Amino acid sequence: MHFEYQVTGGDFTNAGSTSSSVKKTLKQLNVNPSIIKRTVVALYEAEVNIVAHAYKGNIYVDIEEDAIVISLVDEGPGIPDIDKAMEVGYSTASVSVREMGFGAGMGLPNMKNNSDKLTVTSEVGKGTTVEIYNRLQ
Amino acid sequence: MTVRELTKKANLSVFSGEKGLDAEITGGYTCDLLSDVMGHAESGNVWITLQTHKNVMAIASLKELSAVILVKDQQPDEDTLHQSETENIPVLGTSLQEFEISGILYNLIKS
Repeated sequence: MHFEYQVTGGDFTNAGSTSSSVKKTLKQLNVNPSIIKRTVVALYEAEVNIVAHAYKGNIYVDIEEDAIVISLVDEGPGIPDIDKAMEVGYSTASVSVREMGFGAGMGLPNMKNNSDKLTVTSEVGKGTTVEIYNRLQ
Repeated sequence: MTVRELTKKANLSVFSGEKGLDAEITGGYTCDLLSDVMGHAESGNVWITLQTHKNVMAIASLKELSAVILVKDQQPDEDTLHQSETENIPVLGTSLQEFEISGILYNLIKS
């Protein structure tokens, strides 16, 4: 099964709506609840990162026989140093985003902890692609 | 303990989401950093926070929390109320600060 969603940078009102939709679908498919929980945490963080940092992005969700594969492809500033971005507590979020309680430098670590495999690739000035891979067994 | 029982015992006001008042509480989580709640709260937890915007409800829903308690007489945003009604997750209020209401909730759940 394949699903596509669009995310607009700066649109915090709808942040999390893709995650919510994917969660519903996974529940309908009777996916193991602990796998749903992990996937939703990782996806939500990645979705919010597009809203907080990028101009816009697409989210592609593929539910396969043995795994769920989610690609988040954004057009945005990109990440100059991915290793640094993966560090707990490191954030480049704006003051207004931090005031909302985001931007604590926990997003990427949360994504890593809740994915079987997490791949982040980025090109400065173009954008970032995040792939979340979670086995269904 | 249900959310309804908690509102009575801890003297909490109910802003919205009354249909969710009979949900069972599994524990509590006190934090204003959304990613920390996303990463570490457990389903059925009551979330104590001073954040009032709609993203609080997105997290409460995704994590299947039982209720949100806003501290220090904070008022929820309009779209937070709306989302609370849609999700049937109550938004509650107290005049107390986070330490005080956390202590009360901790003792109520422990006993």
